Amino acid sequence: MDGTPTIPIIKLHDDLIVSIQVDLSDRVVLELKEHIAQAIIRTGATGLVLEVSGMELMDSFITKAIGDIAKTAKLMGVETALAGLSPMIAMTLVEMGMEFSGVHNALNLEDALEQLAEARQQRGLAWDEGAPEELAEPVHQPLTPQTPRMGDRASGPERTRSR
Amino acid sequence: VTRDGAASTPGELTVPVRTERDIVRARTAGKDFCRRLGFRPTDQVKIVTAISELARNIVLYAGSGAVELRALAAERRGIEVVARDQGPGITDVDGVLARRIRSRTGLGLGLVGTQRLMDYFDLQTSSDIGTTVVVRKYLS
Repeated sequence: MDGTPTIPIIKLHDDLIVSIQVDLSDRVVLELKEHIAQAIIRTGATGLVLEVSGMELMDSFITKAIGDIAKTAKLMGVETALAGLSPMIAMTLVEMGMEFSGVHNALNLEDALEQLAEARQQRGLAWDEGAPEELAEPVHQPLTPQTPRMGDRASGPERTRSR
Repeated sequence: VTRDGAASTPGELTVPVRTERDIVRARTAGKDFCRRLGFRPTDQVKIVTAISELARNIVLYAGSGAVELRALAAERRGIEVVARDQGPGITDVDGVLARRIRSRTGLGLGLVGTQRLMDYFDLQTSSDIGTTVVVRKYLS
Protein backbone atom coordinates (compact mmCIF):
# COMPACT_ATOMS: atom_id res chain seq x y z
CA MET A 1 0.00 0.00 0.00
CA ASP A 2 2.67 2.44 1.00
CA GLY A 3 5.49 0.35 -0.39
CA THR A 4 6.37 -1.14 2.98
CA PRO A 5 9.35 -3.39 2.37
CA THR A 6 9.37 -6.97 3.55
CA ILE A 7 12.56 -8.01 5.24
CA PRO A 8 13.87 -11.33 3.88
CA ILE A 9 14.52 -14.19 6.28
CA ILE A 10 17.25 -16.50 4.98
CA LYS A 11 17.91 -20.01 6.24
CA LEU A 12 21.54 -21.13 6.39
CA HIS A 13 22.08 -24.62 7.81
CA ASP A 14 20.59 -24.44 11.31
CA ASP A 15 20.25 -20.70 11.46
CA LEU A 16 17.91 -18.03 10.23
CA ILE A 17 19.57 -14.83 9.10
CA VAL A 18 17.68 -11.57 9.04
CA SER A 19 19.57 -8.57 7.75
CA ILE A 20 17.82 -5.31 8.50
CA GLN A 21 18.87 -2.66 6.01
CA VAL A 22 15.97 -0.24 6.13
CA ASP A 23 14.72 2.42 8.48
CA LEU A 24 12.21 0.35 10.42
CA SER A 25 8.71 1.67 10.67
CA ASP A 26 6.68 0.32 13.57
CA ARG A 27 4.56 -1.75 11.25
CA VAL A 28 7.58 -3.40 9.65
CA VAL A 29 8.89 -4.23 13.13
CA LEU A 30 5.62 -5.89 14.11
CA GLU A 31 5.45 -7.82 10.84
CA LEU A 32 9.01 -8.97 11.28
CA LYS A 33 8.20 -10.37 14.73
CA GLU A 34 5.42 -12.43 13.22
CA HIS A 35 7.39 -13.56 10.16
CA ILE A 36 10.35 -14.72 12.24
CA ALA A 37 8.14 -16.82 14.52
CA GLN A 38 6.54 -18.43 11.48
CA ALA A 39 9.92 -19.05 9.86
CA ILE A 40 11.18 -20.77 13.01
CA ILE A 41 8.30 -23.21 12.91
CA ARG A 42 8.56 -23.76 9.17
CA THR A 43 12.32 -24.37 9.08
CA GLY A 44 13.09 -25.91 12.44
CA ALA A 45 16.05 -23.57 12.82
CA THR A 46 17.78 -23.48 16.19
CA GLY A 47 19.57 -20.16 15.80
CA LEU A 48 18.58 -16.68 14.72
CA VAL A 49 20.89 -13.88 13.61
CA LEU A 50 19.60 -10.34 13.50
CA GLU A 51 22.15 -8.50 11.39
CA VAL A 52 21.70 -4.83 12.18
CA SER A 53 24.80 -3.17 10.73
CA GLY A 54 22.61 -1.30 8.24
CA MET A 55 20.42 0.23 10.93
CA GLU A 56 20.74 3.89 11.71
CA LEU A 57 18.91 3.99 14.99
CA MET A 58 17.21 1.91 17.66
CA ASP A 59 14.69 3.67 19.80
CA SER A 60 12.84 2.17 22.76
CA PHE A 61 10.16 0.63 20.55
CA ILE A 62 12.61 -1.11 18.22
CA THR A 63 14.78 -2.20 21.14
CA LYS A 64 11.77 -3.68 22.90
CA ALA A 65 10.66 -5.43 19.72
CA ILE A 66 14.09 -7.00 19.25
CA GLY A 67 14.03 -8.14 22.87
CA ASP A 68 10.58 -9.62 22.30
CA ILE A 69 11.76 -11.44 19.17
CA ALA A 70 14.65 -12.96 21.16
CA LYS A 71 12.35 -13.99 24.02
CA THR A 72 9.83 -15.55 21.68
CA ALA A 73 12.61 -17.38 19.83
CA LYS A 74 14.02 -18.67 23.11
CA LEU A 75 10.66 -20.09 24.10
CA MET A 76 10.75 -21.94 20.80
CA GLY A 77 14.23 -23.30 21.50
CA VAL A 78 16.07 -20.78 19.35
CA GLU A 79 19.03 -18.68 20.43
CA THR A 80 19.31 -15.16 19.05
CA ALA A 81 22.47 -13.28 18.13
CA LEU A 82 22.54 -9.57 17.37
CA ALA A 83 25.26 -8.86 14.83
CA GLY A 84 26.92 -5.65 13.78
CA LEU A 85 25.33 -3.11 16.08
CA SER A 86 26.93 0.22 15.22
CA PRO A 87 29.01 1.85 17.95
CA MET A 88 26.82 4.94 17.68
CA ILE A 89 23.66 3.00 18.36
CA ALA A 90 25.38 1.07 21.13
CA MET A 91 26.42 4.31 22.82
CA THR A 92 22.92 5.72 22.44
CA LEU A 93 21.34 2.63 24.00
CA VAL A 94 23.75 2.73 26.93
CA GLU A 95 23.00 6.38 27.51
CA MET A 96 19.26 5.74 27.42
CA GLY A 97 19.65 2.95 29.92
CA MET A 98 18.38 0.27 27.57
CA GLU A 99 19.90 -3.13 27.04
CA PHE A 100 19.27 -6.45 25.43
CA SER A 101 19.07 -9.44 27.68
CA GLY A 102 19.15 -13.02 26.52
CA VAL A 103 20.82 -12.05 23.25
CA HIS A 104 24.30 -13.02 22.05
CA ASN A 105 26.06 -9.85 21.01
CA ALA A 106 28.27 -10.39 17.99
CA LEU A 107 30.65 -8.15 16.10
CA ASN A 108 29.51 -9.34 12.70
CA LEU A 109 27.63 -12.10 10.90
CA GLU A 110 30.49 -14.60 11.08
CA ASP A 111 30.96 -14.02 14.77
CA ALA A 112 27.22 -14.44 15.28
CA LEU A 113 27.10 -17.77 13.42
CA GLU A 114 30.10 -18.95 15.42
CA GLN A 115 28.48 -18.03 18.72
CA LEU A 116 25.24 -19.75 17.75
CA ALA A 117 27.14 -22.89 16.70
CA GLU A 118 28.93 -22.88 20.02
CA ALA A 119 25.71 -22.43 21.93
CA ARG A 120 24.24 -25.30 19.95
CA GLN A 121 27.15 -27.55 20.83
CA GLN A 122 26.81 -26.65 24.48
CA ARG A 123 23.16 -27.49 24.37
CA GLY A 124 23.98 -30.76 22.66
CA LEU A 125 21.73 -29.89 19.80
CA ALA A 126 24.25 -29.90 16.96
CA TRP A 127 22.90 -31.78 14.03
CA ASP A 128 24.73 -34.76 12.59
CA GLU A 129 25.38 -33.04 9.28
CA GLY A 130 28.39 -31.37 10.80
CA ALA A 131 27.08 -27.87 10.60
CA PRO A 132 30.17 -26.18 12.11
CA GLU A 133 32.52 -27.24 9.28
CA GLU A 134 30.12 -26.03 6.67
CA LEU A 135 29.98 -22.58 8.12
CA ALA A 136 32.14 -19.97 6.50
CA GLU A 137 35.53 -19.86 8.15
CA PRO A 138 35.74 -16.65 10.13
CA VAL A 139 38.45 -14.40 8.78
CA HIS A 140 37.23 -11.48 10.70
CA GLN A 141 38.96 -8.24 10.48
CA PRO A 142 36.37 -6.17 12.28
CA LEU A 143 35.79 -2.79 10.75
CA THR A 144 34.42 -1.45 13.97
CA PRO A 145 36.83 -2.14 16.78
CA GLN A 146 35.66 -2.22 20.34
CA THR A 147 31.94 -2.30 19.74
CA PRO A 148 30.55 -2.09 23.25
CA ARG A 149 28.87 -5.33 24.12
CA MET A 150 25.73 -5.29 26.11
CA GLY A 151 23.65 -7.89 27.76
CA ASP A 152 24.88 -11.25 28.85
CA ARG A 153 26.58 -13.74 26.68
CA ALA A 154 25.33 -17.15 27.51
CA SER A 155 27.91 -18.83 25.31
CA GLY A 156 30.95 -17.73 27.29
CA PRO A 157 33.75 -15.43 26.33
CA GLU A 158 36.06 -17.61 24.25
CA ARG A 159 35.80 -16.80 20.59
CA THR A 160 38.97 -18.16 19.06
CA ARG A 161 38.52 -21.80 19.94
CA SER A 162 39.87 -24.25 17.47
CA ARG A 163 37.42 -26.82 16.38
CA VAL B 1 11.60 18.69 2.74
CA THR B 2 14.26 19.79 0.34
CA ARG B 3 17.38 17.71 0.30
CA ASP B 4 19.75 19.62 -1.94
CA GLY B 5 21.46 22.86 -1.08
CA ALA B 6 24.63 21.66 0.58
CA ALA B 7 25.51 25.08 1.93
CA SER B 8 22.09 26.06 3.19
CA THR B 9 21.64 26.13 6.92
CA PRO B 10 18.29 24.95 8.12
CA GLY B 11 16.24 27.41 10.10
CA GLU B 12 12.98 25.83 11.05
CA LEU B 13 10.94 22.86 9.95
CA THR B 14 7.63 21.45 11.12
CA VAL B 15 6.73 17.83 10.55
CA PRO B 16 3.07 17.00 11.14
CA VAL B 17 2.71 13.72 13.04
CA ARG B 18 -0.39 11.56 12.80
CA THR B 19 0.53 8.07 11.66
CA GLU B 20 3.45 5.77 12.22
CA ARG B 21 4.79 6.69 8.79
CA ASP B 22 5.20 10.21 10.13
CA ILE B 23 7.54 8.88 12.82
CA VAL B 24 9.89 7.75 10.06
CA ARG B 25 9.40 11.09 8.27
CA ALA B 26 10.27 13.03 11.41
CA ARG B 27 13.40 10.91 11.86
CA THR B 28 14.50 11.42 8.26
CA ALA B 29 13.93 15.18 8.45
CA GLY B 30 15.71 15.29 11.81
CA LYS B 31 18.72 13.46 10.50
CA ASP B 32 19.06 15.81 7.57
CA PHE B 33 18.62 18.81 9.86
CA CYS B 34 21.30 17.61 12.30
CA ARG B 35 23.75 16.81 9.55
CA ARG B 36 23.40 20.27 8.06
CA LEU B 37 23.85 21.87 11.47
CA GLY B 38 27.15 20.04 11.75
CA PHE B 39 26.45 17.55 14.52
CA ARG B 40 28.83 14.62 14.89
CA PRO B 41 27.40 11.27 13.76
CA THR B 42 27.07 10.04 17.34
CA ASP B 43 25.05 13.08 18.34
CA GLN B 44 22.99 12.76 15.15
CA VAL B 45 21.96 9.26 16.22
CA LYS B 46 21.08 10.48 19.72
CA ILE B 47 19.01 13.40 18.47
CA VAL B 48 17.20 11.32 15.86
CA THR B 49 16.47 8.67 18.49
CA ALA B 50 14.97 11.36 20.72
CA ILE B 51 12.87 12.67 17.82
CA SER B 52 11.63 9.13 17.19
CA GLU B 53 10.58 8.72 20.83
CA LEU B 54 8.75 12.04 20.90
CA ALA B 55 7.00 11.45 17.57
CA ARG B 56 5.92 7.97 18.64
CA ASN B 57 4.45 9.30 21.87
CA ILE B 58 2.33 11.70 19.81
CA VAL B 59 1.03 8.87 17.60
CA LEU B 60 0.39 6.51 20.52
CA TYR B 61 -1.02 8.84 23.12
CA ALA B 62 -2.34 11.95 21.41
CA GLY B 63 -3.30 10.81 17.93
CA SER B 64 -1.92 13.85 16.20
CA GLY B 65 0.49 16.71 16.68
CA ALA B 66 3.72 17.97 15.24
CA VAL B 67 7.45 17.87 15.68
CA GLU B 68 9.19 21.20 15.15
CA LEU B 69 12.88 21.38 14.43
CA ARG B 70 14.68 24.63 15.02
CA ALA B 71 18.29 25.73 14.67
CA LEU B 72 19.62 27.44 17.79
CA ALA B 73 22.07 30.21 17.09
CA ALA B 74 21.83 32.75 19.89
CA GLU B 75 23.79 31.82 23.01
CA ARG B 76 24.77 28.32 22.06
CA ARG B 77 24.49 26.72 18.68
CA GLY B 78 22.47 23.58 18.47
CA ILE B 79 19.07 22.15 17.74
CA GLU B 80 15.74 22.52 19.48
CA VAL B 81 13.06 19.91 18.99
CA VAL B 82 9.52 20.70 20.09
CA ALA B 83 6.93 17.91 20.15
CA ARG B 84 3.48 19.40 20.49
CA ASP B 85 0.09 17.74 20.70
CA GLN B 86 -3.44 18.51 21.89
CA GLY B 87 -3.90 15.08 23.38
CA PRO B 88 -5.24 14.12 26.81
CA GLY B 89 -2.00 14.97 28.60
CA ILE B 90 0.08 12.79 30.89
CA THR B 91 -1.53 12.25 34.26
CA ASP B 92 1.51 11.48 36.39
CA VAL B 93 4.52 13.06 34.73
CA ASP B 94 6.74 12.67 37.78
CA GLY B 95 5.83 9.00 38.03
CA VAL B 96 6.61 8.47 34.38
CA LEU B 97 9.92 10.32 34.53
CA ALA B 98 10.94 8.56 37.74
CA ARG B 99 10.21 5.27 36.00
CA ARG B 100 7.70 4.37 38.72
CA ILE B 101 5.09 4.03 36.03
CA ARG B 102 5.88 1.94 33.02
CA SER B 103 3.38 1.75 30.27
CA ARG B 104 2.96 -1.39 28.25
CA THR B 105 4.30 0.40 25.21
CA GLY B 106 7.16 2.05 27.03
CA LEU B 107 6.18 5.72 27.44
CA GLY B 108 8.44 5.99 30.49
CA LEU B 109 11.40 4.41 28.79
CA GLY B 110 11.04 6.69 25.77
CA LEU B 111 10.70 9.91 27.74
CA VAL B 112 13.41 9.08 30.24
CA GLY B 113 15.67 7.97 27.41
CA THR B 114 15.00 11.22 25.57
CA GLN B 115 15.83 13.20 28.68
CA ARG B 116 19.12 11.35 29.06
CA LEU B 117 20.12 11.79 25.43
CA MET B 118 19.57 15.53 25.27
CA ASP B 119 21.15 18.54 27.00
CA TYR B 120 17.87 20.24 27.87
CA PHE B 121 14.45 18.72 28.54
CA ASP B 122 11.19 20.42 29.44
CA LEU B 123 7.74 18.87 29.56
CA GLN B 124 4.49 20.77 29.95
CA THR B 125 1.29 18.80 30.06
CA SER B 126 -2.33 19.25 30.98
CA SER B 127 -5.58 17.58 30.13
CA ASP B 128 -7.02 20.64 28.37
CA ILE B 129 -4.09 21.89 26.33
CA GLY B 130 -2.18 18.70 25.66
CA THR B 131 1.52 18.03 25.93
CA THR B 132 4.54 19.96 24.77
CA VAL B 133 8.04 18.57 25.12
CA VAL B 134 11.01 20.81 24.37
CA VAL B 135 14.46 19.27 24.06
CA ARG B 136 17.76 20.74 22.98
CA LYS B 137 21.15 19.46 22.04
CA TYR B 138 24.09 21.81 21.74
CA LEU B 139 26.95 21.57 19.31
CA SER B 140 30.05 20.73 21.27
